[in-house]
Amino acid sequence: MTNPSPAGATAKSLGFPRNAWYAAAWDHEVTAKSILARSIAGRSLALYRTESGRPVALADACWHRLAPLSMGKLVGADEVQCPYHGLRYNSAGRCTFMPAQQTINPSAVVRSYPIEQRHRFVWVWTGDPMHADPALIPDMFQMDSPEWAGDGRTIAVDTDYTLVLDNLMDLTHEEFVHSSSIGQDELSESDFTVTHDDRTVTVTRWMLDIDPPPFWRKNMRDKFPDFEGRVDRWQIIEFQAPSTIRIDVGVAKAGTGAPEGDRSQGVNGFVMNTITPETDRSAHYFWAFMRDYRLESQLITTQLREAVHGVFGEDEAMLAAQQRGIDAHPDHEFYNLNIDAGGMWMRRLIQRMIDAEQLAATVVR
Amino acid sequence: MTGNQITWQRGIVTASTRAADGIARIVVQAEHGVREAPGSHVDVRIGPDAVRSYSIVETDGASVTLGVRLSPTSRGGSAFMHALTPGAAIDITAPLQDFPLRIGARRYVLLAGGIGITAIAGMARTLARLGADYTLVYVGRTRAAMAFLPELTALHGGRLRLHVDDEGTGLDVAALIADADPESELYMCGPIRLMDAVRRGWLAAQLPLPNLRYETFGNSGWFDTEEFTVRVPRLGIETTVRTGDSLLEALERAGAEVMSDCRKGECGLCTVGIVDLHGALDHRDVFFSDAQKARAHMLCACVSRVVRDRADACPGVLTLDLP
Ligand code: FES
Ligand code: FES
Ligand SMILES: [Fe+2]
Repeated sequence: MTNPSPAGATAKSLGFPRNAWYAAAWDHEVTAKSILARSIAGRSLALYRTESGRPVALADACWHRLAPLSMGKLVGADEVQCPYHGLRYNSAGRCTFMPAQQTINPSAVVRSYPIEQRHRFVWVWTGDPMHADPALIPDMFQMDSPEWAGDGRTIAVDTDYTLVLDNLMDLTHEEFVHSSSIGQDELSESDFTVTHDDRTVTVTRWMLDIDPPPFWRKNMRDKFPDFEGRVDRWQIIEFQAPSTIRIDVGVAKAGTGAPEGDRSQGVNGFVMNTITPETDRSAHYFWAFMRDYRLESQLITTQLREAVHGVFGEDEAMLAAQQRGIDAHPDHEFYNLNIDAGGMWMRRLIQRMIDAEQLAATVVR
Repeated sequence: MTGNQITWQRGIVTASTRAADGIARIVVQAEHGVREAPGSHVDVRIGPDAVRSYSIVETDGASVTLGVRLSPTSRGGSAFMHALTPGAAIDITAPLQDFPLRIGARRYVLLAGGIGITAIAGMARTLARLGADYTLVYVGRTRAAMAFLPELTALHGGRLRLHVDDEGTGLDVAALIADADPESELYMCGPIRLMDAVRRGWLAAQLPLPNLRYETFGNSGWFDTEEFTVRVPRLGIETTVRTGDSLLEALERAGAEVMSDCRKGECGLCTVGIVDLHGALDHRDVFFSDAQKARAHMLCACVSRVVRDRADACPGVLTLDLP
């Protein structure tokens, strides 16, 4: 029953595992005032918060006639009322009220999804609830650690989520796509290493004694106002299956020991990315840029958020163009280059998750 | 949890053995394989227009195991099922889910009465696998009539509580409810008397009603099933409801058009108005509240019946007003 893994050329779309925690929303988007409709991994969900602040994810279709519960309203401590005929459901998805009858049909229920709030996101488990272990939520601790400051946004992407992951796993594209901000020749000239385990892939690249590109020169001057000169630059991309990528980025004054671990003479940022498939060819791309210096400066937080937003706009345009290329050439598979090693490992780990799920669906339970 | 799309497929019976007195364990290999969520059932076609639901006791991905009790007043379903022998081909649906188990409750009480164990066993297995806090309460008249006892004992050990009427260890409903708290979810399947008693106790204890989940196949009543007469003067109908028929089926056969859907006393679509009654009503539905049942203005034709008047012992006669 399992799909044979693609050999040689790479399938453009892998599909997505269901047994995974996906970021469904920023924490502030889910409120006790209104119901948020959002499709996550092909499931349409109604997201809201109980009076006590707990997030809830219910299937966004009433048991009765499938009207979207997200068009209804919040009632009582934790209930939603269907906008059509007024059936009510509690946070476990159990019907608590039926119009014009004194009892409740015992089978009236909508699916309620495992949900957790962590790292400023609300995470939803879209697969078998029996496997929804919160320990599997991707580690993005920088999002709400007191040692880090920053902010981010959401991009609505009209491509398969794996194209976004590909984009982030190989940063040589910075030289070509982001030439005015973070791109520089040394990116495609320097070597990189790829390591992996069962759930993560790490791509590491160091560029020593180079001129900083504009974005990094500005950051250095935020911390060291008189900074001039050359830097050692790093990019450590860490993928956590199925769709979270943290990128440890930064520069330090050249020759001050950053490659050996002393980053005190530099600036460090983490590009936090978690990409949630919405449908087969659209995704919610949640990102943030977190830094470990000048934590008090809201100005820098805002400037960095806007700068990175500009950079990601360039990626967005490229992804949309790539999707047009894919649509126009449906029979062409992807070819791979040496620079795709990280992305290929990423794809292999996702494929394993999908295979394991399909196997579990057919095997003795 | 699977979707609830009804898709029919071919099934081949691979085994039919005795699970307890009057209960057959029937294993059906499904053409397209099955992925079952706890609390699912399959529908089986038992005749040109007749379909019955049977809970899935377990599945191995390719076949489903059903437990079927031969009802003394079988309306055809259990007799059909009990006559199946290995190699027989039947039409079954993919698993359907009307009785979903919610993962994540603080505490669970699973209550099975008699053949109701077929709906509960899969839930119990799931909770055992999850390491959840659960108690499995299994009530029966005699041990010999209780199916799957060895397997349940092996799997659930100290979490299994057996109550056997003829051994004097019958269930004390009040004690069961006293053990529950607002964070407990109780799932039950069994005879209507047992379920009604639990429902009343649950309400009286002011436990949250949505935490009480039950499945009824509408096949048991407060009284034994008897033949009775039904009249619909407006349509010129007078017919006998035999023990193997439901009132709804008798009315349909006599040419009355009655709307229905669930045919297990849940949806209330088949409700009809009572004009006159000789005998006693045996409401077997869960649609009407106790107060509505006591008023006896209406009944659910798919499951409810009439029994003879205790005083004069004359067979029941029900006169209905059909729109
Ligand atoms: S569709 Fe929701 S109450 Fe009817
Ligand atoms: S048909 Fe649903 S209650 Fe009778
Ligand atoms: Fe980029």
